[in-house]
Amino acid sequence: MASKSISTRLNALPYIESRKEQLRYNLREFPWWLPAMAVIALVTYSQIFTQSSYNQAFNFIKIGLTMTITTTVWAFATALGIGLVTGLGRISSNVVIKNLATLYVEFIRGIPMLVLIFFIAFVGVPAVVGGFNQLVITFAELGAPVPAQFLSGMQSRSVPMNLRAIIALSITYGAFLAEIFRAGIQSIGRGQMEAARSQGMSYWQAMRYVILPQAVRNVLPALGNDFVAMLKDTSLVSVLAVRDITQVAKLYAAQSFRYPEAYTTLTILYLTMTVVLSMLVKLVERRLGRNERR
Amino acid sequence: MNDAEPIIVIKNLHKHFGDVEALNGVDLEIQRGQVVVIVGPSGSGKSTLLRCINHLEIETAGEIWVDGQRMTQDQRQLNAMRSEIGMVFQLFNLYPHLTALENITLAQRVVRKLPAAEAEEIAMKQLTRVGVAEKAHCYPAQLSGGQQQRVAIARALAMNPKIMLFDEPTSALDPEMIQEVLDVMLDLAREGITMVVVTHEMDFARAAADVAVFMDEGRIIEQGLPEVIFDHPNEERTQLFLSKILHK
Repeated sequence: MASKSISTRLNALPYIESRKEQLRYNLREFPWWLPAMAVIALVTYSQIFTQSSYNQAFNFIKIGLTMTITTTVWAFATALGIGLVTGLGRISSNVVIKNLATLYVEFIRGIPMLVLIFFIAFVGVPAVVGGFNQLVITFAELGAPVPAQFLSGMQSRSVPMNLRAIIALSITYGAFLAEIFRAGIQSIGRGQMEAARSQGMSYWQAMRYVILPQAVRNVLPALGNDFVAMLKDTSLVSVLAVRDITQVAKLYAAQSFRYPEAYTTLTILYLTMTVVLSMLVKLVERRLGRNERR
Repeated sequence: MNDAEPIIVIKNLHKHFGDVEALNGVDLEIQRGQVVVIVGPSGSGKSTLLRCINHLEIETAGEIWVDGQRMTQDQRQLNAMRSEIGMVFQLFNLYPHLTALENITLAQRVVRKLPAAEAEEIAMKQLTRVGVAEKAHCYPAQLSGGQQQRVAIARALAMNPKIMLFDEPTSALDPEMIQEVLDVMLDLAREGITMVVVTHEMDFARAAADVAVFMDEGRIIEQGLPEVIFDHPNEERTQLFLSKILHK
């Protein structure tokens, strides 16, 4: 990409006269934070593996990892779908669709995530379940053949909290990802759509084969960042008593009174996951940069 | 279809962009196999007229008939009509995420539903025709401007269009690459393809055009044989414009 090559050129080494100055430059530019972080992680992990109180806390808390990771993956995958559809809706020429999509995005963006999680889990899901039951009753009264197990009515509590957590996170992140997709699509020049349409492709064919492949490639770094952010935000679902690592750590601290052990372990677990993920995102980014076909 | 009938008929075409009147009552008939060159100062509505022909711009008023069918806003009809009208853009508009070959096969597979092998065969034939067959597997970024524009021409030709529209195809090119694109266009003109070309290349216009059209302020000021229009224009505005571009 043109802009990328310009920025690399701007960041290129300035002209350096002497060796001493070169050394000074290198020392100043070295990413010192990286070894510092590695040392902190190393010290913490050695503590976890050598001290039995930390070891106990770690073994207790790691049970929550599966929940944290599956919640992140499922919620993000769902949010991707919601985001893509909403993002396309935001640029739709259909006034109704466009406004519905915008309403959803603006609504979600104006509410704290924690509040949304409460609202969706304790108001949204029961309301949908209630609505479904009402629908079944109406259908049955109209004489439609309704399977017997539906007639007894669905219970809100049969929707488990971890599913509600995934629904809440998906709806929240769907709005964020919609904006990313919209920006990605709008970053592709008008000429691309015109070229595709001039060849007889329909709007959706042009979207599918010409615009989206380029748009998605452009927004992959942003999507990667949001995936990392989502991983961190799953800690909020502990308020629904979903047993992710945060909830499990809370439980451990409360029952053992070993607060430093519980929360240090929790912190280092999140940090490890996010740093590793960020590195993966950068790797993917670099690989894409190498294959950049512009 | 009757071959004696004009392939493009434009009747009293108006196009407004807000308060700006880009086209102000254009009437034009183009015969099968004709090469029509449209010239005129910038902002005269040349490109808008061209883009109205395949409905990339929707006219405010008036009618466009292509090969006996009126261009409407019915998407199904529009897509079918557009697939018969090739268009070459000033900025090439190749698909940057696809190779030259894939750029050409995409619409054939998606719109024409051709199998991959057949589409590739056609694509290679067209790439050979415009002289960039050896670049089939390069991405647009790896090609020079002239090569990109020739691939874009091949992409349009691969649909076997009834009409080719060229919107200032050499305006974005470095000077040394203009001729290679014009040569391809000259070849097409000799093969009898119906072409409508918006250009500032007067030498090409003289060599290839059957009809020259001069536009200004959204109207056709005069049209006729290129040697007449360029050497002995009737209208003062045409003379003024030509004197500006020929003695720069």
